[in-house]
Amino acid sequence: MSIGRKIAATWVGFGALAILTCVAAPLVGPTTVDLRRVFDTSLPFAENTDAQIFFVARLPRVLAGGLVGASLAASGVVLQALLRNPLATPFTLGVSAGAALGAMLALTFGLSSGVAGISAVPIASFAGALGAVAIVYGLARAKHRGLSTNVLLLAGVTLNSFFSALILFVQFLSDFSQTFRTVRWLMGDLDVSSYAPVLAALPPIALSFAAFSMLPRKMNLLSISDESAASRGVDVHRTQRLAFLSASLATGAAVSLGGPVGFIGIVVPHLVRLLVGADHRLVLPASAFGGAAFLVACDTVSRTALSPLEIPVGVVTAIIGGPFFLWLLVRKR
Amino acid sequence: MAARTKALIFAAFVLVFAWPAAQPAGRAQARPTRIVSIVPSVTEMLFAMGAGPRVVGVSSFDRYPLEVVNRPRVGGLIDPDVERIIALRPDLVVVYGTQTDLRMQMQRAGIPIFPYEHSGLADITRTIRQIGESVGSPREGEALATRIESDISAIRKLVSGRPRPRTLLVFGRDADTLRGIYASGAIGFLSDVLDAAGGINVFADVQRQSLQATTEMVIARAPEVIVEIGADTASTKIRNLAAWNAIESVPAVRNRRVYLLTGDEMMNPGPRVTGSLRRIAEVLHPEAFR
Repeated sequence: MSIGRKIAATWVGFGALAILTCVAAPLVGPTTVDLRRVFDTSLPFAENTDAQIFFVARLPRVLAGGLVGASLAASGVVLQALLRNPLATPFTLGVSAGAALGAMLALTFGLSSGVAGISAVPIASFAGALGAVAIVYGLARAKHRGLSTNVLLLAGVTLNSFFSALILFVQFLSDFSQTFRTVRWLMGDLDVSSYAPVLAALPPIALSFAAFSMLPRKMNLLSISDESAASRGVDVHRTQRLAFLSASLATGAAVSLGGPVGFIGIVVPHLVRLLVGADHRLVLPASAFGGAAFLVACDTVSRTALSPLEIPVGVVTAIIGGPFFLWLLVRKR
Repeated sequence: MAARTKALIFAAFVLVFAWPAAQPAGRAQARPTRIVSIVPSVTEMLFAMGAGPRVVGVSSFDRYPLEVVNRPRVGGLIDPDVERIIALRPDLVVVYGTQTDLRMQMQRAGIPIFPYEHSGLADITRTIRQIGESVGSPREGEALATRIESDISAIRKLVSGRPRPRTLLVFGRDADTLRGIYASGAIGFLSDVLDAAGGINVFADVQRQSLQATTEMVIARAPEVIVEIGADTASTKIRNLAAWNAIESVPAVRNRRVYLLTGDEMMNPGPRVTGSLRRIAEVLHPEAFR
């Protein structure tokens, strides 16, 4: 099969998977919803319980899951290529720890000045993510002409630990009920209950995906070595910068929307590589669609399995993702 | 090293490790005069029964009554400051029953403790009677407990026979959205208060103190009244009730029966419980209080 056909097949196959999951997920839930009533326009929306469950509780939640899943999985692919490290995740470079610190501060000190239906917590966590990106980027550029991926990795890992310490300190200062809320935030939560947060996260994520679309070919060359990429006409520094900034932006937006949901950024790309090989022209779109489908499916488990209670979605992805990843590590090659 | 020095060091070790154990296990005095309380609701009980002047130390979270402001602070549930507690030379320390480390440290130091266990509404007056006994004010404790019990039954009587609205009792939510809604489950003090106030908990089937209620669950359970309570007026007065308008199919929202009650007594299982009970009963049954 030519590469063009393979790309088309990947888009169609994984795209269909993502779309089917996103269409099926809102039909499933802890309460039974009558579809005829959902789309019954003769009833006023305010009195139509089925429609409110479908359009207010479930649909924004599924969209948020799709967006967060796609962003984290695609960012994982990009960072694994950039750092040439299969263990890299969207949370390796400190972005999520910065986002978490922002969210903790907003939760603990009761920040309230939300904007246009977005509460202060996602805004603060997005700001924290951008702050972390700026610090890591600044450090990685400080003594190098381009980006040093080694410094990037070390600075990111160090910043992760440092921010984690600050998070613990903020939690220590806060009182008991707040501590619980902040711990819960770290487990991820897609119950956004309106479209505003989803719409707010859309522009940065769209921008990142536009950047991602320019990367696959260059990432194929970069994943061999900087030199070979440079000799084939790739502007290495520019590509690294674009990869780092776009992956970080997508991660920051995703985390501020759904919290730091773990394992998607590492499990989905590796699973996809098993299916389509290592070519980033296939891996990147397949991971984005696969990530969306995976998180929406996990979230469906999270909201139905123990209803009326909800299992935090980060717990579901970790319980499914952890053992799976260990299997990947030890499986015969 | 001189033998004398060695002997001194040895003696110091013996003192440090063996001395507390050699003391008789802490026995409460008939009438403790230096009480330290790590539990805010018990601090309130002590003040309400007139034992306030004997309270020499309180937790970092105590805010009521006003007299606690100038009492030394000795930490809280997670971070009790053992050194400060001992330095206050208490003859009774009120601790949470779950603070096993602190209980052992107090025992080793020979300081009597009152372990606080909390679960339901009835436990408030039970604790008042017990702490009254422990601080040598059994009559004052009994009087306080009886007064609270008669206040509670008066409110129960006032709302009895009236239709009991299906109620969602929320004690936590993100300020401007319907995210992070924490609601009372079927057990515990808040659920009991809701029952005494004449409401039916929409999550009466959840055998837990609290749960995170998803948007879908709130819509599906369709509460007739939503009561949001908050301890911290600073962070809760800005909780925006307009956020609920997104789910107008919920009867409470449609009929404008969403209420926000704040004040640090709302979440506090202490002697002011009758006040919070009354406030919740008033919004559930306004006609009964006219």
